Amino acid sequence: MTTTAEPVTRPPAGAPDLSRRALSLRRRLTNRIFLGLFVVAVFVAVVPLGLVVWSVLSRGGGVISWEFLTADIPNSFRRPGGGVGPAIIGTLLITGMAALMAIPLGVLGAIYLNEYGKQRPLARLIRMMADIMTGVPSIVMGLFIYSTWVLLFETRSGFAGALALACLMLPVIIRSTEEMLRLVPDELRQASLALGARKWRTTVTVVLPAAISGITSGILLAIARAAGETAPIVFVVGITASTNWSLFDGENTALPAQIFRNASQVFEPAQERAWGSALTLIVIVLVFTIIARIIANRFAIKER
Amino acid sequence: MTTQTQTGPDPKTALSSRGGGPRADRSFQVLTLAAGLLVLAVLALILITTTREAWPAFDEMGLRFITENRWDPPSEIYGGLAFIYGTAIVSLIALIFAVPVSLGIALFLTELAPRRLRAPAVTVIDLLAAVPSVVFGLWGVLVVAPKLVPIYNGIHDLLGGIPVIGRVFGEPVGSGRNFMTAGLILAIMITPIITSIAREVFDTVPRGDKDAALALGATRWEMITGAVFPHSFGGLVGAVILGLGRAMGETIAIALIIGSSTQITANVFASGNAMPAVIVSQIGESTGTFTAALIGLGVVLFVMTVIINTVAQAIVRRAEIRMRGAAS
Repeated sequence: MTTTAEPVTRPPAGAPDLSRRALSLRRRLTNRIFLGLFVVAVFVAVVPLGLVVWSVLSRGGGVISWEFLTADIPNSFRRPGGGVGPAIIGTLLITGMAALMAIPLGVLGAIYLNEYGKQRPLARLIRMMADIMTGVPSIVMGLFIYSTWVLLFETRSGFAGALALACLMLPVIIRSTEEMLRLVPDELRQASLALGARKWRTTVTVVLPAAISGITSGILLAIARAAGETAPIVFVVGITASTNWSLFDGENTALPAQIFRNASQVFEPAQERAWGSALTLIVIVLVFTIIARIIANRFAIKER
Repeated sequence: MTTQTQTGPDPKTALSSRGGGPRADRSFQVLTLAAGLLVLAVLALILITTTREAWPAFDEMGLRFITENRWDPPSEIYGGLAFIYGTAIVSLIALIFAVPVSLGIALFLTELAPRRLRAPAVTVIDLLAAVPSVVFGLWGVLVVAPKLVPIYNGIHDLLGGIPVIGRVFGEPVGSGRNFMTAGLILAIMITPIITSIAREVFDTVPRGDKDAALALGATRWEMITGAVFPHSFGGLVGAVILGLGRAMGETIAIALIIGSSTQITANVFASGNAMPAVIVSQIGESTGTFTAALIGLGVVLFVMTVIINTVAQAIVRRAEIRMRGAAS
């Protein structure tokens, strides 16, 4: 029971060297090289993004003018001038209509999954199928609408394109909305129920408002993706050279379809219109994406 | 001892007065259920209607629809093997380039990046995902393809003489619109999705495992190979397969860049075609059995992507459950 312990016998060479220099050169080099490669990987992703943006800005920037944004599409690929006004209107109309259809259905579906279905077999099946539906190629969605709506009514129209885009947006909205509903604390639901509100009322007036910013941001991202979808638009919407304000009557067109048609042409005016359309489309998509990010960041549900 | 006075309201009605009767609740639940069931209905309808429309082609060609390499609409012969091959080879090229880059970015974001660099790097990936595929197609066909031709020629001159490898790097097509360019552009497009899933997977690796590896004297890279990779292998496989599913369905960029010729060749510098690209470029002027055959290609594509996505999702989910078990 001695309190004065003998001094600890230290190893004669002092404490083992734990610094980086003690590592063998091979290990140090491997570490450096691979960590360096991670940084390289980020640059490999940045470079094409920069190049795409630069190409679109430099070649599309000169094309953009008030006339380009509003004028009708020329009948000939060879003729310079003209614009893509009908395609801008078409993109906004078709995407807007698709959003009108997909948002309520998607949010309701998400409410079923998170508030009613939870982990029941049916809910799990729907959740799994929604994930699979997210992976269905847009061209297949286009073929689906083509072999139902277009062949049934024997006409291509803006509404057919809106249907295809809605089918593409639906699973994305369901899954992102469900994620957001899951973040709403249960205390809110319990408080509302305890005050005597019905479950549907609780959901609509308490749960949805609590998650609205996340839901909105998910929806805007889905809209941005849909606005850039090309494959289904090309063959279910048809083509028009002048603005068609009706989604049901007559063929329509959209910016992605114009880019696709013009990109494969060898004529300079057509290619210029393609670049101009690409810049317009990117701006539209970016506006939605940026608004979505601002909403998501500004009004994010804080961890409680 | 009665608690109810004659003048007071019936407590039952007082409690249920907000938001209608039980019927309102029931109908709201049915409404949401209907919206959920819509997903199942649409998926089933996709399979049923497209198969029905494609039936004339399936009926006429039978299994040769996917095993024969002859696509000749005027003589009513629809063998789509070349397009399935094209889809496969382009997706493979895309994965070869996209997977290492995506894993590198994901590891940079989860293990290496200082906090202030993380946000801009994520923004870049998000922006990459936000660029519409048709814009990549436009850029690929008008800017990238012509620029790559000299490089292709150089590689061909360098490696073309070697017996087996030489056949892969054969004579480049003059326009630069070939499997390789299509695969490269596709790689850019699937990088964001693989990166984001790989990040989620890496995030599930328990802090303790990583700290333990570092405490044992491992370098950062040794920690990644020793602690991070074994834990996340399953999830990474899932991420790659999901990327494959996305690559296979990509239509517009491929349609513009792949060069549109029906052939099966080992030469990655030759032009070819892929299923979605054939559909979108030919359905405009098709009628009758030709249309049916194109929709049939869509059915084949649909079945393939559904299988691939189901497998990938199952793998990711299983890996996630196992990881969560290990973390707690």
